[in-house]
Amino acid sequence: MRFDLKNDALRKLNQYLHENPEKQVAVRNPAGRHNIAVGIDADIDVDIHGHVGYYCAGMNQNSRVTIHGNAGPAVAENIMSGCVRVHGNASQYAGASGHGGTLIIDGDASSRCGISMKGIDIVVAGSVGHMSAFMAQKGHMVICGDAGDFLGDSIYEAIIYVRGKLGELGADCVEKELTPIHREKLASLLMLAGLDHSVEGFRRFGSARDLYHFDIDHAGKY
Amino acid sequence: MCGIVGIYHKNSDLNRSLGSNLASMLIELSDRGPDSAGVAIYRDSVAESQIKLSLHSSANIDWHGLGNALSAHLDGPVSVEIKASHALLVAPKTEGSVKQWLADYDKNIRTMSAGTSIEIFKEKGLPREFVEQFELTNLSGTHALGHTRMATESAVTTEHSHPFSTGMDLCLVHNGSLSNHNRLRRQLADDGIDFQTDNDSEVAAGYLMWRLREGDTLQTALEQAIEDLDGFYTLAIGTHDGFAVLRDPIACKPAVIAETDDWVAMASEFRAIAHLPGVEHATIWEPEPATVYSWGG
Repeated sequence: MRFDLKNDALRKLNQYLHENPEKQVAVRNPAGRHNIAVGIDADIDVDIHGHVGYYCAGMNQNSRVTIHGNAGPAVAENIMSGCVRVHGNASQYAGASGHGGTLIIDGDASSRCGISMKGIDIVVAGSVGHMSAFMAQKGHMVICGDAGDFLGDSIYEAIIYVRGKLGELGADCVEKELTPIHREKLASLLMLAGLDHSVEGFRRFGSARDLYHFDIDHAGKY
Repeated sequence: MCGIVGIYHKNSDLNRSLGSNLASMLIELSDRGPDSAGVAIYRDSVAESQIKLSLHSSANIDWHGLGNALSAHLDGPVSVEIKASHALLVAPKTEGSVKQWLADYDKNIRTMSAGTSIEIFKEKGLPREFVEQFELTNLSGTHALGHTRMATESAVTTEHSHPFSTGMDLCLVHNGSLSNHNRLRRQLADDGIDFQTDNDSEVAAGYLMWRLREGDTLQTALEQAIEDLDGFYTLAIGTHDGFAVLRDPIACKPAVIAETDDWVAMASEFRAIAHLPGVEHATIWEPEPATVYSWGG
């Protein structure tokens, strides 16, 4: 099934995707529009040819959405399962609050990537901006390029892997040992994204768990 | 939330399409700012001995009568072009203050801009209505800024709409909110910068004017603005022959820049740029926080 958003209404596309869609759906001329392919719950492939605006593929379940272009703010926000791939760059809040599934960004991600992630796996082939993985609770973030300042600020139990340079780490985010279990998970995520980096080039970061509960001895860190 | 746009031509063959491109960008960002819309267009530079003024009045004004009176006062020709609630005047440049003469002539008159090439038009209402009212699609020029406003901190009036200009050919559009604007306004007013409203964005424009007056280049003025402006902002700035973009260090207000061999465009969202001719060949990026981007002048 093909949609051309130059002529087809966006609501028509999203309604189609919510009601027993065909296995393959192609979307042309997205022209930076918001809310393209949100709320899908079906085992289908959606290919979007061009740049998208806010919230593309938000709340996704089971489907594989590929954006052949750049993504605006909050791509794959609150994703539950399935896979969203951005062939270009992604703007702020990519994968925000994602509960599950995978987000792969072939370019760079902007600030606040993976903010409050709750189980999503995010692989960024390029770099991420400041405040990425802020309050990240669960899931994995693989950063093949550099990480901006305050990575993992107030992080809970998400795991971050970084290959490039680091800015200033966020509060309560510390480097941890890359154990065999972590190497295995990292290798599987790199393979999933089609990236052939050696796991040896990565460092692991996670929570120091000093800020879970208020403690007067840690008041200066909040 | 507000929408801001800017377009700067590197290739003068495109100048005739400036108004129509600007109009489509503004209309695309209507839902970011349905309260009011405004533009600053740089075009038709006047001679060095002249000054171009954009005037507005919410009351009925006999603009041609005003032109004749100003002509007599300055002892030289004054041309008048009426555009909806605004009038464009080209008058001989004078040592004295034309602005003060205008205020004395009728207290309802507001000087929206003064310079050699800048023209500012702004009005309450939806961008589409604004575009039609001011026949924006017919205007040509070298570069332009635009704004669609969703008011958050001061009244919805024509005066509170963007762009704001506080100095010759300088103007600014702002998406965000400044938290130290009252203190800055007082300091700048003490230094002789003239403000027309209590709007926070006008303070940012006044601040840049002050820095430029003190000898800064636009680049260094904007670098210092990162230190002195407190709050959230994506700014687009226009000068006689230049165009600049700046985001605050937190950078939560969106911005996209696209550049081709022929033009540079910025907007709050890509959808405003998506329909510009040649966009398929553009380099597109999100400006970094606390980094000055500038072209021309």
